[in-house]
Amino acid sequence: MGRQILLGDEAVALGAVHAGLSAGYSYPGTPASEIMEFLVRLAAERKDFTAAWSVNEKVAYEEALGASFAGKRALVSFKHVGLNVAADPFMNSALTGANGGLVVVSADDPGMHSSQNEQDSRYFAQFAQVFCYEPADHQEAYDMTREAYDVSERFGLPVLMRLVTRLSHSRSSVETKEPRGQNELHPGAPRDWTLLPVNARRRFGLLLDRQAEMARFSDGSAFNVLRLNDKDRSLGVIAAGVGYNYFREACGPDGDLPSFLKVSTYPLPEGLVRKLVEHVGSVLVVEDGYPFIEKQLKGLFGIAGKTVLGRLSGALPRSGELSPDSVRAALGLEPLPALAKSGLPLAGRPPQLCLGCPHADTFKALNKALESYPGSGVFSDIGCYTLGALPPYNAIETCVCMGASISMARGASDAGLRPAVSVIGDSTFAHSGITPLLGAAASDVDMTVFILDNSTTAMTGGQPSFGTGERLLRIIEGLGVPRERVRTIDPLPKNHEKNVGIIREELDHRGLSVVVAVRECVQETRKKRS
Amino acid sequence: MKQDIILAGVGGQGILSIAYVIDNAALAEGLFFKQAEVHGMAQRGGAVQSHMRLSSRPVWSDLIPRGEADMILSVEPLEALRYLDYLRPDGIVVTSSTPYKNIPDYPDLDNILDAVRKAPKAVIVDSEKLAKEAGTVKAQNIVLLGAASGFLMLKEAGLKTVIEALFKGRGGPVLEANLKAFDLGRKAASGS
Ligand code: SF4
Repeated sequence: MGRQILLGDEAVALGAVHAGLSAGYSYPGTPASEIMEFLVRLAAERKDFTAAWSVNEKVAYEEALGASFAGKRALVSFKHVGLNVAADPFMNSALTGANGGLVVVSADDPGMHSSQNEQDSRYFAQFAQVFCYEPADHQEAYDMTREAYDVSERFGLPVLMRLVTRLSHSRSSVETKEPRGQNELHPGAPRDWTLLPVNARRRFGLLLDRQAEMARFSDGSAFNVLRLNDKDRSLGVIAAGVGYNYFREACGPDGDLPSFLKVSTYPLPEGLVRKLVEHVGSVLVVEDGYPFIEKQLKGLFGIAGKTVLGRLSGALPRSGELSPDSVRAALGLEPLPALAKSGLPLAGRPPQLCLGCPHADTFKALNKALESYPGSGVFSDIGCYTLGALPPYNAIETCVCMGASISMARGASDAGLRPAVSVIGDSTFAHSGITPLLGAAASDVDMTVFILDNSTTAMTGGQPSFGTGERLLRIIEGLGVPRERVRTIDPLPKNHEKNVGIIREELDHRGLSVVVAVRECVQETRKKRS
Repeated sequence: MKQDIILAGVGGQGILSIAYVIDNAALAEGLFFKQAEVHGMAQRGGAVQSHMRLSSRPVWSDLIPRGEADMILSVEPLEALRYLDYLRPDGIVVTSSTPYKNIPDYPDLDNILDAVRKAPKAVIVDSEKLAKEAGTVKAQNIVLLGAASGFLMLKEAGLKTVIEALFKGRGGPVLEANLKAFDLGRKAASGS
C-alpha cells in the first residue's frame, strides 16, 4: 500500500481506519489531539465513517461504546488525564465488554510538556484488567492498532493503546497494508450490557476468567522480543515502548547487545520476563512514565539473588521523560563528547498569550477591578488562559482539572472567601463547567464566574467548541442564572474602563453572577482570513 | 551515513515547515528518518525545537542524544544557543541573525552572535533582509533552509520539489518568493 509520513498519533488513526473503523470520538488534549484531527480530515474526504469531536472524554467514551454495542469498530482517544474523566465508562466497559472492536487510545505526557501531571495509563489498563499495547515506533503504532481491533473482538473487551508524547508528536514513515472492511450491525446482548448486580457479577467473573488467556496471548505476541546473550550474563534489559528506542540507541548501530526483552503488551509477558531474569544477574528496567514494570518485578521483597534497577532504584530519574542520555547513563556508558554551552546566560522563553489575545484584556480588566477587593480568590481552569498565571498578569491562583474553577470557587465562597472568582473558557465550560454552575445557580452562591468565549478550543489548535456565542448565553440562563446577572464584555483595550466598571458591579453583587467575555481567538480570526 | 539536526526557533516561526520539507525530501531519497516536534502549550510564543534525524539505516531514538547533533538550524539567534550542548565537537550552527524579541530580558544581540561564532563552524544569515528581498518576510524559515541546504545529506533539487508542493496551493507569487528565499539563503551561506 506504500509509505507515508505520519505522526505517531496519525499512525494510530490510520491503523484504526484500515482496521475497518466505523466511528471515532475524542476531546482535544495534547498530545492526543492529532489523532482526531487526522480522522476528521480523512472522514470528510471518504465519507464512509464517523469522526467527531465530543463535548468531553466521558461523552466520547460512551459514544464509542455505543458504536461498539452496535457491533461496529470504534475508537476513542484522549490525553492521559482525559481517561480520568472517562474512567467511569472505561472501568465499566471491562464488564459490558466490547461487541464491535473498541480501542481506547490514551496518550501520556511524561515530563508534563503540556499537562498537569504525568500519570501512567498502563495502571488504568491493569485496574480495568484489559489488554494494553505500548508501541515503540510509528510502524508499531499502525500495526498494533490494527491488531488491537482483532484482539478486542477476540476477548470481547476494550483494548487500551498507550502512547507517550515522544511518539505521538514524532514523524516518520509508515508502510501501510490492505484495509479491512467495516463490521455489519449486530447489537450486543442486553443481559451482558445491563450492569444490574445480577448481570455485573456474572460479567466480572467472565472478565476474571479471561485474564489467564490474556496473559498467554501477551507471552506469545510477536511484538515482545526476547534476545539472550550467552557470552555476557551480567546485565539484562527490559525495555518498553520508546524506552526500547533509547536502549538500542545507546548500544550503537553495531554494538554488542546485552540480553534484553522488549515489552510491548500488557499484562506483562510473564514467561518471557522469567526467562530473561533467570538468564542474568541484574535487570535494568527502561520504561517511560511510572516504574510500572519495575514495581511488578520487585514486588514487596525483590527477587532473591538478583538486582533490579530502574526508576525506583535510582538508576534512572524517578520522574520526567526518559531521554537517550539518561538511558545511556543507566547502562553505565560514558556521555558522548559534546560542545559546551556558550556560558552566556540565556533568557528563558516560556509560552505566552499571543499578541492581541482577548484573554490579555480580560485579565487586565479583572486585575484592575480586583485591586479594591484584597481578600479575593481567583480559580481558573485549563486552556490558553492558564498562562494568565504567569507575569505580567499573575491573574489566577489555581488550575487543577477541567471545570474545577467553578466548583472550587463555590467551595471557597462557602468557606468565606470573598469575592470568589472563577475563570473558565467556553470549551472547558462545555466540557465540565455546566454541571457545577447548575449547582451554584440552584443555591445562588456568592461568586462571580468569568466565561472567556473565544469561540474555539484554542490551546490545542482550534477545535470546535460546543457552547459559544448565543448558545452559550442561553445555556447560562437555562442553568438558572438570572438574566440581569449575566453580563457580557468585549475584551478590547478601548473598552478597558467600561469593562472594569461592569466587573466591579458583579463583584459587589451578593450572589451568583456570570461575566461572559466575548471575542474570538486571534489565531482563529487569522485562519479564517488566510 | 547519518545526519542529526536540531531545528530551533520560537513557536509560530515556521520550523515545522522546514521539518516538513526535510521529511519529504528524505522519504523521496529512500532515507530513514524520525522527527520529534513540539505541539501544545509551548507553541504559544515559547522556545520550540524539533529533533530531525536522517540516516541510511533505521533510526532508533526520536530524540538526538547530547553530542550527536551534526547541525543546529535556528530561525532565531538566541534559540540557536539553547541547544549548543547537543552539538558534536565538530558540528555546525546555521542561524538567522534576526532576533525575535517577545521577552523583557532579551540579551544583547552582539553577545549572542559572538557566542554563535565560537561554534566550530557557524553560518549566520540575515533572514529578514533576504526574505524581504525574496518578496515576503514570512519566508525567513525557507531562507534558513536554503542556508543549511549545502550542508545537508539531501539533494538540493529534492528539497525544492517539496517546497514547490508545499506552496503550490498558495498562488504563484508566494511560491516564487519561497523558491527565491531558498536560493538567497543558499547563496548567502556559501559566501560565509
Ligand atoms: S491561541 Fe487564541 S486564545 Fe490562545 S493565546 Fe493565542 S489568541 Fe489567545
